[in-house]
Amino acid sequence: MLVVIVMVVFSIFFLIPKWAGVDIAASFVGKQADPASIKAVGEKLGLGDPIYAQVWEFFRGIFVGRTYSGGGDVTECAAPCFGYSFRSEQAIWPVLTDRFPVTLGLALGAAVLWLIFGLAAGVLSALKRGTLWDRGAMIVALAGVSLPIYFTGLLSLAAFSYGLGWLDAQYVPLSDSFTGWLGGMILPWITLAFLYAAMYARITRATMMEILGEDYIRTARAKGLREGVVIRKHAMRSTMTPILTMLGMDLGALIGGAILTETTFSLPGLGQAVLNAIKNQDLPVILGVTLITSLAVLIANLVVDVLYAVIDPRVRLA
Amino acid sequence: MTELSKSGAAVGEPTGTSSAPTAFLEVRDLKVHFPTDDGLVKSVDGLSFQLEKGKTLGIVGESGSGKSVTSLGIMGLHTAGQYGKRKAQISGEIWLDGTELLSADPDHVRKLRGREMAMIFQDPLSALHPYYTIGQQIVEAYRIHHPVDKKTAKRRAVEMLDRVGIPQPDKRVDNYPHEFSGGMRQRAMIAMSLVNNPELLIADEPTTALDVTVQAQILDLIRDLQKEFGSAVIIITHDLGVVAELADDLLVMYGGRCVERGPAEKVFYEPRHPYTWGLLGSMPRLDREQQERLIPVKGSPPSLINLPSGCAFNPRCPYADVPKDDVTRTVRPDLTEVGSKHWAACHMSQEQRERIWTEEIAPKL
Repeated sequence: MLVVIVMVVFSIFFLIPKWAGVDIAASFVGKQADPASIKAVGEKLGLGDPIYAQVWEFFRGIFVGRTYSGGGDVTECAAPCFGYSFRSEQAIWPVLTDRFPVTLGLALGAAVLWLIFGLAAGVLSALKRGTLWDRGAMIVALAGVSLPIYFTGLLSLAAFSYGLGWLDAQYVPLSDSFTGWLGGMILPWITLAFLYAAMYARITRATMMEILGEDYIRTARAKGLREGVVIRKHAMRSTMTPILTMLGMDLGALIGGAILTETTFSLPGLGQAVLNAIKNQDLPVILGVTLITSLAVLIANLVVDVLYAVIDPRVRLA
Repeated sequence: MTELSKSGAAVGEPTGTSSAPTAFLEVRDLKVHFPTDDGLVKSVDGLSFQLEKGKTLGIVGESGSGKSVTSLGIMGLHTAGQYGKRKAQISGEIWLDGTELLSADPDHVRKLRGREMAMIFQDPLSALHPYYTIGQQIVEAYRIHHPVDKKTAKRRAVEMLDRVGIPQPDKRVDNYPHEFSGGMRQRAMIAMSLVNNPELLIADEPTTALDVTVQAQILDLIRDLQKEFGSAVIIITHDLGVVAELADDLLVMYGGRCVERGPAEKVFYEPRHPYTWGLLGSMPRLDREQQERLIPVKGSPPSLINLPSGCAFNPRCPYADVPKDDVTRTVRPDLTEVGSKHWAACHMSQEQRERIWTEEIAPKL
């Protein structure tokens, strides 16, 4: 099932340039190229082949590698070959492996932050509904949802990096220096987490208020449980169900590239790569990132489904 | 028969005293009001009754008459887990075994919940947590009040499931609520509420959500368990048939107040309030010979924000004009003694009511 969905999604991406009427070969060779060399490049990329053959070649390349030949010269792309960018003259796979950890670190780190703060704020607001704290938290949350990343991101850069000079707005790979990596990631994490924490706080508050009205919460109190236990053990577990669904989709989408955040903070992640590729009409890069994105979304959803069954026994039957 | 009240003055009126009563459960002038945008909802407005151990009190009334609010009030569940600014306003006295609950420390009342007083809810599917097994929920209820390990508590849970008639209790204990049928769920709910041998059991419409065939079984179970455990039981229902066999005493509520109460057979066979007549007339009966139409109580339940002035039942009462000088629409009737331990709140004279009941109402029932 998973594989089929990836294949379908992916095939569509082969079709898009055709529908859009973009001549990929011409865009590679350049505007002044003669028709002969355009034809040669087209041959080399297999652009003349039917779509199913192109898709087949691509997936075969992942496992056994691929050799691009045509117009006299030959380019080797070793397995796993996720395509070859003739614009930057490099295989896609190393680009993906370079950039994926950056995006993954950004998404996971931000997710930890937004879960902690979003859930805490949401639960507290639900328990103190109508109070000043609740109103304040929800106004901040509304701001968080409404303000775009390139606004909050630039604002935090201006304040903490350029203004106060606390943090260096420079990405340092984790393998080079942990503290350096941490320093570079804190602002992107906070910026991204602010947006999501706001959404999660609102959902948590609404769900929690609904759950607290459930009959089984009243039953828990009728047993003589302390209110804290009622909230933690009985109400929180039910509240987690919709939160998990959201988390799966959000994480999946973010792992495919947090384009705005990565661009704002110049993080060399997948999002930045795909943005550059789109600007340069570098189709192989777009295809490679797309494949990773669709895989990430699907895997994240799979994990959510499994967790769902762990939380809710009624799902286990289905 | 339960000693409902020793003096007429203690009935339906604020007593002004707060001396510990002799009855096991005594509710004095209980008021539960909820502030809303539209006004103050007076769900219960001055309710008093007593209940002894081993006895069963049936509280009867239509939706919104304050039955459930009363039971939740006794359990202290209006104030527990109340969030936000709008809080329920509760006044009066609730004495349980010598302790006044409304003025007691909330944490003390919490410890009484589940141990001294337990509750069975209307819909066992929504009243049980869907994510925990029946066993886990019973074990939790037991371990709050008994410092035992999980194994011992689980043995106790199996024992209770067996006691309420669940087959293969050692296997079913690990099932989730959705794997039980409706009747089985209510049995499990009963097992959970009785796991700590509570002295007071409140059953809030325990059979309403169940199949008719299962209803009788559950009622029998409650009666058997009451005999075995010797608890005091309050059964709340809108169905007089449910309490007909079970209850020693009956309390009929209308608009948040008691309109009639007394020994069950008195209320059934010599009712002295037009609303009780209406309830009896609208009750389907198997022992009735002909296929007659049921007689509904006309109109709809009153608004609890603006109760009709005078007698709250007057807009729906066919006999509202029997008393002179429009008194039903201006003066709120108090409970008056109409027989031994039998009280009703109606402006009509005893003789008028006796005549209407024996000549007009009883023959049609």
